[in-house]
Amino acid sequence: MNAPKLALVEYNAGNLASVERAFARLGAQTYRAARPADIAAADALVLPGVGHFGALLNALRKANLDGALQEAIAAGKPFLGICVGLQMLFASSDEAADIPGLGIFPENVSELERSVKVPHMGWNQLRRVRGTRLLAGITDDAYFYFAHSYAALGAGNATVAFCDHGAPLVAVVERGTIFGVQFHPEKSGESGAAVLSNFLSIASGRPAAEAA
Amino acid sequence: MGLACRLIPCLDTDGERVVKGVRFQNLRDAGDPAELAARYDHEGADELVVLDIAASRDHRPTFLSTIERVAEQLAIPLTAGGGVKTVVEARAILRAGADKVTVNTAALTRPTLLSEIAAEFGAQAVVLAIDAKRCGDHWEAFVRGGRETSGRDALEWAAEGAESGAGEILLTSMDRDGTRSGFDCALTSAVASRVRVPVIASGGADKPADFLQVFREGHADAALAASIFHEDVQRLGELKEFLSEQGVVVRRSR
Repeated sequence: MNAPKLALVEYNAGNLASVERAFARLGAQTYRAARPADIAAADALVLPGVGHFGALLNALRKANLDGALQEAIAAGKPFLGICVGLQMLFASSDEAADIPGLGIFPENVSELERSVKVPHMGWNQLRRVRGTRLLAGITDDAYFYFAHSYAALGAGNATVAFCDHGAPLVAVVERGTIFGVQFHPEKSGESGAAVLSNFLSIASGRPAAEAA
Repeated sequence: MGLACRLIPCLDTDGERVVKGVRFQNLRDAGDPAELAARYDHEGADELVVLDIAASRDHRPTFLSTIERVAEQLAIPLTAGGGVKTVVEARAILRAGADKVTVNTAALTRPTLLSEIAAEFGAQAVVLAIDAKRCGDHWEAFVRGGRETSGRDALEWAAEGAESGAGEILLTSMDRDGTRSGFDCALTSAVASRVRVPVIASGGADKPADFLQVFREGHADAALAASIFHEDVQRLGELKEFLSEQGVVVRRSR
């Protein structure tokens, strides 16, 4: 089959360029989706989130991208949310109490606890609670780059991996074709590239290298 | 295991080329920033910092294209800065491909600059650079490339800066910078215990034992160095191997 049309959702705040480059290094072409029609045309979507939960959701709603995203996700198009792009899948966040998330996961995104360094900034490891195609071939000692002050503390059975920083925080989620990572795969060297490569496999409908 | 202690090479540039010198004196050419960036990414650097030490407005477009060239080489985070005075300048640096921007002198004059950048890009994108120098029984924050004191107590300024929106502190010891006599662990530890945000120790790196000491006794979250990496006095892979043998958690990579 042809390569999947992979859209990077553009809302004028995230750093799309580094995600673009990371996919380009894997030989994958992407395009920027700034209009609902761009999202509808995609086979798979990545939403690189940087910054503020409320700012992201306001920007999506202002550009009428939230409905198109919900439709694409509901239609089973593979979706990968990065950092705040993961957080926006939840119902709410302490970061913007009056602005609802997409509510795909009912939990709240909480401020990180105060007994540890915040922001949670730097390279940390994952603690997997179940298998996932997204982490196929990646060993438990791999490090990923995190940079955030808020995180979900649970996502029910969608939780694939936690990261322990003070309390355990949700680092990877999977439900059907919906994926999210709290870390930045585009900034996580070879282990991050492996995550993006696995997402490309999922987007292409290729069989997973590692079943659960 | 928890967060790994980070090793961060720093590229001081005149906007276009990497330069080296002691305390901004006798600057000499030390290579192409994009080439060095590619090398450090490959050798296992955890992040990269690129500073424009000329920081004159005339050179800023050149520096922005340098950031773009460097960012293209990296699969790790990039911090950039030097003389940033406004949100507009910070935005340009982040848009050029940096993940974080450093702010120094201008924040001491106008601390709201930190909160303004944080409001738009998040605290994780704001690095407060503090050049600290011992003055009697305390440290003071110096400005204008370390040439004059701001009169502010460095510890108090670190605490205020973190409160104002800085997500990280890049702490340079003016006393140790360029001396290769080891990091200032007393200073680093004092700041690290005062703030909740991560602290990057800078100034004085020479031997592997210096890094061990600044992580153990200085409680640094990251350690930054320039010339010892550029001149191959230390190699990142060997340094990480040493630290790992000593029980420091580091990210091992190929």
